[in-house]
Amino acid sequence: MTRARRYWIAYATITRREILRFARIWVQTIVPPVITVALYFLIFGNLIGGRIGRMDGLPYVDFIMPGLIMMAIITNSYANVVSSFYGAKFAHHIEEMLVSPIPNLIILLGYLSGGIARGLAVGLAVTMTSLLFTELRADNILLVMLVALLTSALFSLAGLINGIFAQSFDDVSIIPTFVLTPLIYLGGIFYSIDLLPAFWQKLSLANPILYMINSFRYGFLGVSDIDIRLALAVIGGFILLLFAVAMALLNRGVGIRT
Amino acid sequence: MNALEIRNLHKTYANGFEALKGIDLEVREGEFFALLGPNGAGKSTCIGIVSSLVRKTSGEVRIFGDAIDRDPIAAKSHLGVVPQEFNFNIFEPVEEIIANQGGYQGVPPRQVRQRTEQLLRELDLWDKRRIQARELSGGMKRRLMIARALIHRPRLLILDEPTAGVDIELRRSMWHYMRAINEQGTTIILTTHYLEEAEQMCRRVAIIDQGRIVTNDSMKHLLRQLDCETFVLNAREAIRGLPASVGPFALRRIDEHTLEADLPKPHSLNELMRALDGLGIAIDSLRNKSNRLEELFLRLTGKQLREAGA
Repeated sequence: MTRARRYWIAYATITRREILRFARIWVQTIVPPVITVALYFLIFGNLIGGRIGRMDGLPYVDFIMPGLIMMAIITNSYANVVSSFYGAKFAHHIEEMLVSPIPNLIILLGYLSGGIARGLAVGLAVTMTSLLFTELRADNILLVMLVALLTSALFSLAGLINGIFAQSFDDVSIIPTFVLTPLIYLGGIFYSIDLLPAFWQKLSLANPILYMINSFRYGFLGVSDIDIRLALAVIGGFILLLFAVAMALLNRGVGIRT
Repeated sequence: MNALEIRNLHKTYANGFEALKGIDLEVREGEFFALLGPNGAGKSTCIGIVSSLVRKTSGEVRIFGDAIDRDPIAAKSHLGVVPQEFNFNIFEPVEEIIANQGGYQGVPPRQVRQRTEQLLRELDLWDKRRIQARELSGGMKRRLMIARALIHRPRLLILDEPTAGVDIELRRSMWHYMRAINEQGTTIILTTHYLEEAEQMCRRVAIIDQGRIVTNDSMKHLLRQLDCETFVLNAREAIRGLPASVGPFALRRIDEHTLEADLPKPHSLNELMRALDGLGIAIDSLRNKSNRLEELFLRLTGKQLREAGA
């Protein structure tokens, strides 16, 4: 059997295992983001949204819909990989892979695929939930799918890097709590950056999540605060950067080999 | 061909601790090899390096000729490892743990299914295949790790304390199973607390202490180095007036019906029996005071393996 075939089997095994992991505990992985986003729609969309009025010429509930879906994709793709990778380190079953003839690239791609799968599964569940509160329209469905895929890939890689460095369960939650959540909320889910003073508008442009939410919103609604080509370039650039960092860390054995 | 070849292997940890100080070791294909050593001797570090969980500082390790740093994929494809600690996902079902390992090794799914069933039946885990691994007993978990290590039919199997915490009946059935695997051609490296296990199973033995190999020889040659064995003998009738020695044999009275006798080489057990018969002591039964390998180990390292916890 060729090495390529063996690598494919190993990759498929890791990916399948990662998907089964979150699918088995769907009550913990799929349901909570659906409930959270439903509450956002109910409170910010229907109850308060009516008083806020229109944003970028759109009903407020429509405006926030892409951002809320994107929030679910980001947090879940990140959480999937960081918890799975750190859990495997903590319980030592990562050794099953380390003693096996699997290149680090295949391990990385397997975790990446698992993270993307959860991000997209939750994104789809949240999108279906949003139909209860607003009419779904997509100006450019291919762009929507592309941004969802790229964003889940980016945050799966970020989760993997967090998992590699994590030495305790505290380390697993620090980045999502103190970095990811503020960046998501300040990334334009609930507002257009046009509403901000000039200084804060410029500062917002340093937030990579702004580019993801805006390109996603553009795919759905055709409105964006920033140029879509720039947004895609930023997302692609971050993916390449994080991919290179994750590969280098795995190759050096950081956090996994003594 | 050598299954494992280690040349001048050094390992110094980040805290400065020098765990291995230039180890050389060869394990020939088809051997059942014992690697023994007290706690902190460097045994786990050595196994960790061979199985790619620990990075070596310098030196060379080859598995069936493939160097672990130049072609780690080829080297690791020969290897199966049963670690000392349980290292599977306790929330996964038994058959999935084995199937996943088959997948990591690149074994096609159909073969994985066939081999999983075969291994689980052989190791008496078939009925437990669908339950989560956390529900297994300690002995079952050990057998699960053996099944997992064998799914890709490795040419070299490393067993690190495979029978730790396992009752004697199960331990014997595991010995039988491991011996059968070895007879089918798999090279086995065994580390164990139970020196009688090593003595019974292994044809060659290396003892490692303080990061160095202190002996590496065939079991036969090694045991020949013992110049004296002590036996505990049970007398049929109460022992009275036991002399300190009879001929070359030192004697000690333990209680009314028990005595100890030292049997120096080259004297035989028959000579001892004749000497005791001359004293009017009839012997009903006897046993070694301690395992022969254990005595040797003690002499070479100055440590009791079981007390030190290898």
